[in-house]
Amino acid sequence: MTESTGGIEMEEATSGVVKKFLYVNRKAPYGTIYALESLEVVLVAAAFDQDVSLAFLDDGVYQIVKGQHTKGIDVKNFSPTYRALEGYDIEKLYVEKESMEARGLKTEDFLVDVKVVSAAEMTDIMTGQDVVLSF
Amino acid sequence: MLHTVNKSPFERNALDSCLAHAKKGSAILLIEDGVYAALKGTAPAKKIEQTTKTVPVYALQADVEARGMTGRVVDGVKMVDYGGFVDLVAEYPAVQSWL
Repeated sequence: MTESTGGIEMEEATSGVVKKFLYVNRKAPYGTIYALESLEVVLVAAAFDQDVSLAFLDDGVYQIVKGQHTKGIDVKNFSPTYRALEGYDIEKLYVEKESMEARGLKTEDFLVDVKVVSAAEMTDIMTGQDVVLSF
Repeated sequence: MLHTVNKSPFERNALDSCLAHAKKGSAILLIEDGVYAALKGTAPAKKIEQTTKTVPVYALQADVEARGMTGRVVDGVKMVDYGGFVDLVAEYPAVQSWL
């Protein structure tokens, strides 16, 4: 694997190799473009049949909050896309408990099923990956 | 003076700097990710609630709605639309943006 490809092109050349990809989401959804860009790249990895996990921590937990209505700010509401991830066999969604609680959020505030994990558990999840992509 | 804050209080210190400089007679408007400061049950919201006793605090409704935060904003924070934003800018002699 070369540094420049980040592994993705290599997987295509040697089809059958599946790596563990973790997408680390730490930004709120609309103030910056990071959240949307992450989602786009998640779908790329899904197309290559990789083992994908998503982590939501810090302000990233805001990305999957229910009831987003963006008509007023004239920006695409991409939150329904998180619900479509299941159809791409992306079912490992982790939310860091500390981040969620600091923001006054509960599991029922999220629009997808997530596994709530402690910061220590999140560390283990991160450590067990082949590729970590940060947004 | 009208102060605007457009950054999440969990990611930047823009809100804290603003609160430290907002005197009586001024107003604060939360926009974009700044609206997260007004969410019930959070540490920043307590500071906002305290601030509303001396300085009026507003939040841009479209930004609250976009983030799924409708109905979760602390009491005392007034919602404004874009027209209200313009009115606030016109009402105060200057605007300071805490970026």
